[in-house]
Amino acid sequence: MNALPTLAVSDATAEPVIRLEAIERSFGLVQALRSVSLSLRAGRALALVGESGCGKTTCARIIARMDTPTAGEMYFRGATVTKPGLAAEERAYRRAVQMVFQDPFASLNPVFSVQHHLARPLALHGHAKGKAQLVKRVADLLAWVGLEPAATAHKFPHELSGGQRQRVNIARALAVEPEVLVADEPTSMLDVSIRLGILDLLARIKRERNLALLYITHDIATAAHVAEEVIVMFAGQMVEWGDTKAVIGEARHPYTRLLLSAVPDPDRPFVPGDSARFLAHAEQVRALSRPTSHDVEKVGPNHFVRALGVSS
Amino acid sequence: MSDALLEIRDLSVDYLLDKGAFRAVKNVSFEVRRSELFGLAGESGCGKSTIAYAITRLAKAPAWVAGGEILLDGQDLLKLPEAALQKVRWRRIGMVFQSAMNSLNPLMRVEAQFHDVLHRHLGSSRAQSRARAEEMFKLVGIPLSRLSDYPHQFSGGMRQRIVIAICLALKPELIIMDEPTTALDVVVQREILEQVIDLQRSHGFSVLFITHDLHLMAQLCHRIGVMLRGELVEVGDVRQVSRAPAHEYTRKLWSAIPQLPGHSALREVLA
Repeated sequence: MNALPTLAVSDATAEPVIRLEAIERSFGLVQALRSVSLSLRAGRALALVGESGCGKTTCARIIARMDTPTAGEMYFRGATVTKPGLAAEERAYRRAVQMVFQDPFASLNPVFSVQHHLARPLALHGHAKGKAQLVKRVADLLAWVGLEPAATAHKFPHELSGGQRQRVNIARALAVEPEVLVADEPTSMLDVSIRLGILDLLARIKRERNLALLYITHDIATAAHVAEEVIVMFAGQMVEWGDTKAVIGEARHPYTRLLLSAVPDPDRPFVPGDSARFLAHAEQVRALSRPTSHDVEKVGPNHFVRALGVSS
Repeated sequence: MSDALLEIRDLSVDYLLDKGAFRAVKNVSFEVRRSELFGLAGESGCGKSTIAYAITRLAKAPAWVAGGEILLDGQDLLKLPEAALQKVRWRRIGMVFQSAMNSLNPLMRVEAQFHDVLHRHLGSSRAQSRARAEEMFKLVGIPLSRLSDYPHQFSGGMRQRIVIAICLALKPELIIMDEPTTALDVVVQREILEQVIDLQRSHGFSVLFITHDLHLMAQLCHRIGVMLRGELVEVGDVRQVSRAPAHEYTRKLWSAIPQLPGHSALREVLA
C-alpha cells in the first residue's frame, strides 16, 4: 500500500459516511481502478470526473455493492464493509446507499405505474404502512422532486419525459431514505435545457436531507455546479482532486487541463487547421497520464495532484 | 440565393396518429449555403431530427411530409422518383446519426463496409475500395492496419470517425450530422469536431449540424437556426444569435447551460 494521503477532502470535521481506501479492481489484465481513495460526507457532494472507461462507473458499482474490489478497504461509518457481512448488516448498508442511473428510459419498469415504483421501496423498507399512508408518502415524494403528485402518480413511464423519469428515479432512491446517493451520469441522456433542473434538485437533496452525494460525470462543467469537491480520474487513477474551486481554477495536471479546454465555449470558435495539433496534444496528454505513479503532491489546503509516472 | 445548396421552403411534417395529425414541423424555411456549417438547435422533440429525416426522405410512417419543398441545387427532392433519389442519398447528401457508433454492421470488417458502400454507389472494385478506404483512414487519423478490424474492436469515438470516413468516401456535397457526438465525452467530442472542421475546409462540403448544445454549436457553425415546438423561431449569424439573441426562447436556451466558473481564465491553458 502506498503512502497516499487519505483524501482529506473536506473540512475533515465530520466522520465520513463511506470511505474507500486504496481500492483496486482489475478485470483480467485491465486495471480498472488503481488505488482509489475517497470519502463521502453527509451534506456534501463529491464529483468523479473522467472520460468513458476511466473507471468512474466501476467505482460507483463497488460503492453500491454491485461489484467487489480486488484489493483495498471500504468503510461504512468506520466499520469495514469490504466483504459482505451478516444479512442484517448487508441490508442496512444497501438501505443506506442508493443509486440513480444514467438511462432514465431503461431504469423504470414499463409495465408499472409511478405509484408502484415508489410504493414498493416504501413498503419493503417499512417506511409506510397501510394503503392510505403509502399514497400519502408517494405524493410527498413526488412533490419533493418537483412533480405534480395527482397528475403523475398513476402515469406509466412512457407517459413521462426523460427529465420527469429521472425525477421519478431520484424519488425512488429517496423512498428508501438513504444516507448516500450515488448518481451515475444522471443528466448525460437529458437535454441541455433540463439538465440544470436535475442538478439543482440533486444539490437540494444534498442540502436539505443531509445526504452524501457521489456525482459521476464526464462533464466537468456540471461537476462545478453541484459538488464541493471533485476527483479527476484517468485510466483508473485519481490524477487530481480537492476543492472544486481549486481544481478547476488552478488545474495542475495536464489531463485536468485537457478536460477543461474541451468544455464547449461559445466564445472560442474552432480554428480551422487546428485538428492535427489538438489530436496530437490530446494523445500526448493521455500517454503522459497513463503510467502508474505513487507520488502525490499537495499543492493547496485541499488540492492534490498526482505526479506523472514513468511509462514502462 | 445563388450560393444556396439546400433550400427548405415552408416544410411541414405531420405524425399521423389515431386522434388526427400532430404537426411536428411547422412551415420551416431555411437554406444551407455551399461550404457552410449550418446549425439547427433545440430541445428534444422540437422537430430538428424530423427535418433531417425529411430531407433524405427517410421519414417513415407515421411521419408524413404534409407540404413544402426541399430543393437541392434547385431540384425538389420531395418530387424525385425513388430511383433518382437513391443517387442523391449518400452520393450527394451524407448522414451521420447520433447512434452512428452502432450503425456499423458488427459482423463485417470495416474494410468490407467501405466496399459495400463504394461498390453500390460507384461500382468500385475491391482494390479501388481498399485504396479509397486507406485514404479516408489517413484523413481521420486511424492506423491503416486497423481496416481489417471489426467494429467492436474500436472505441466509441473511433467508430464515429469511421462512420464519418465512410460518409466522406463518397464525396457528398452536404453532410447531415444529427447529434454526432452526444454520446461521447468532451475530449473525444472536441477531437472529432476539430477534424470535421478541417475536413470541411479541405473538401468544401456543407454541413447541417443538429444538436441541443448551443455552446458547441456556436464554436462550430457559421449560422444557427433555433427551433421551438416545430417552428423555427430564429435564424442568424453565430455572432448575432449568441451575442444578441432576438427571441426570448433563444435567451432561455443560452442561460440553461451549466458553465464553468470563471472559464475565461482558462483560455490560455491550451493556447
